[in-house]
Amino acid sequence: MVAVTVSQVTKRFGATEVLKGIDIQVPDGHFAVLVGPSGCGKSTLLRCLAGLEEVTSGSLTFGERDVTSLQPRDRDVAMVFQSYALYPHLSVRENLAFGLKLRKTDAATIKARVDEVAEMLGLGPLLGRLPKALSGGQRQRVAMGRAIVRRPALFLFDEPLSNLDAALRAQVRVDIRKLHDQLGATSVYVTHDQVEAMTLADVMFVLNGGVVEQSGRPLEVYEAPASRFVAGFLGSPAMNFIAATTVAEPGGEGLRARLGDGSVTIALPPRDGLGAGRSVDVGVRPHDLELCAQGEGDIELTVDFVELLGPEIHAHGVLAGTKVVACIETSAGAGIGIGAVIPLKIRRLHLFDRESGRTLR
Amino acid sequence: MSGHGDGKDAGRQVSWIESAASHFVVVLAVAFALYPVLWVIALAFSGTSTPEARVLPIPREPTFDHLWAVVSTTREVGESTQWLFGRQLANSLIVSISTALVGIGIAIPAAYALARFDFVGKERGLRVLLATQMFPAVAAAIPLYLMLDALGLLNSRTGLVLCYATTAVPFAIFQLRAAFESIPVDLEEAAMVDGATRLQAFVKVVLPAARPAIAVTALFAFMSAYNEFILAATLLGKEDMFTLPVVLQRFIGEYDAQWEAFAAGALIVSLPVMVLFYVLQRNLVAGLTAGGVKG
Repeated sequence: MVAVTVSQVTKRFGATEVLKGIDIQVPDGHFAVLVGPSGCGKSTLLRCLAGLEEVTSGSLTFGERDVTSLQPRDRDVAMVFQSYALYPHLSVRENLAFGLKLRKTDAATIKARVDEVAEMLGLGPLLGRLPKALSGGQRQRVAMGRAIVRRPALFLFDEPLSNLDAALRAQVRVDIRKLHDQLGATSVYVTHDQVEAMTLADVMFVLNGGVVEQSGRPLEVYEAPASRFVAGFLGSPAMNFIAATTVAEPGGEGLRARLGDGSVTIALPPRDGLGAGRSVDVGVRPHDLELCAQGEGDIELTVDFVELLGPEIHAHGVLAGTKVVACIETSAGAGIGIGAVIPLKIRRLHLFDRESGRTLR
Repeated sequence: MSGHGDGKDAGRQVSWIESAASHFVVVLAVAFALYPVLWVIALAFSGTSTPEARVLPIPREPTFDHLWAVVSTTREVGESTQWLFGRQLANSLIVSISTALVGIGIAIPAAYALARFDFVGKERGLRVLLATQMFPAVAAAIPLYLMLDALGLLNSRTGLVLCYATTAVPFAIFQLRAAFESIPVDLEEAAMVDGATRLQAFVKVVLPAARPAIAVTALFAFMSAYNEFILAATLLGKEDMFTLPVVLQRFIGEYDAQWEAFAAGALIVSLPVMVLFYVLQRNLVAGLTAGGVKG
């Protein structure tokens, strides 16, 4: 169990700078998730933590130990790979015991630990099998077991669920979190899946283009995204963004936003230092659009497509020249069809500076 | 050839017509491949002195005399009698096994380096290796003869192994490089995170994973050395240093061809290779298909 500190870490591959001065702190025993789109540097950062890549500059500290230049084997970490990386010529039992054998653990301890982990993960009947005789889910569990059996100070996960089907992924996600709570070891988990990030993390780091765009508790980040990128990355369906210009409220104080092609304006809540004539992006989560009575809405959406998802419907339409999605409870929106014009209340909106993409608070 | 044993057909009832048809095709193919071999067998066990063209390869006046004559060749060395054929068989096996071991021993680290690391001259080096494959080893027979002469290695197994290994290494490197490239890097990285040094990861994870390919490559090196004739005939002048292909050739003289002895010798020469293929057959199939499916 260690706290992990990443200080000013950069990583270059030739002329390409993949990590551009990353600062991260993961408290002891926390489950940290690095999330971001492909190419954002999250896997590279994880590999730097594992010691599989050298950092170009900066430092990595596990607890009190500076591990920046240590070999992987000296870092006391265990890693679950996306491909599981099970040794194909070794049985499940030998796979689990591999790390302990290398560390010259005595045979009795190895057997006890392997049996314990096999029991914990339900691998008992599989111990004699080779990896090729296992299903995807079983391989994933063996990979987890191989990490757990060593009792490392730090667990690293590199998109460990991406090769599983959707149903299994949801189940294993829960299992991983339960295991973490049971073992209490610090974990760093890489994913591009925002659902995994939201559900697993104690602390979440959203990476983009080699920098940490925002970090914090998942709900905090979701509720108060620091940038347009973070706002768009978290949440499904993604947040609606509508280009707008701020205008003064006619005949009163406050501001309005003239949306898209200028055909619609909406009232804006006050923001520090925001005046009229500013180019902004208005962001509204599809779940923050609420169906209301005729005449009471902030906007009206002309529906051009409807997705039925069971408990809710996704109404697609165009607002002021921009495509918009609204999530509406099925019971409330039962009659909505293509061509319908529906009044919607905006429960909550976010405002981003057009140029910098930063949130205007 | 047939659908039998093929995983995709598992669980499906094969009708007897399909089964009979596929067996017929297999029997036909095997007969086609084995017909010349059957002729050699028939000749080796025939008592008559000249081969004649017949449809069925059945020995005339069956006898073991030719086999015995080939196997029991001896020569006088001073006071004692030496079992010449035994020595020649040993020459062939020692030279071929040594070629395989030396070739593989050099090719494994070279191929791994080429598969996993980037270094200056890598691409150029590979091209040079490839270029060496364009020339038959025979083209170098005279320089090799002169070099071995200067080194005092003419008429020696060591000299022959050196020549054979030199020609075996480039091919082995190409073969093994492809095998190493098909092994996911994740495996080594997992081993290193698990506590292995790079060398341990290589020995404990990569080598076992590449075992089928290594077996096939070693077998190719063995076979090329075991069957090689021209260099052996050029570099070996003494009867007791001959390898089996040279021995075999001696049965076909300028004025006299001992076809039965030749056939008997060919059969005996084939035995070690057949045993080797039988022992390695599982690895062979896996090795020949290695790289087709990513691990």
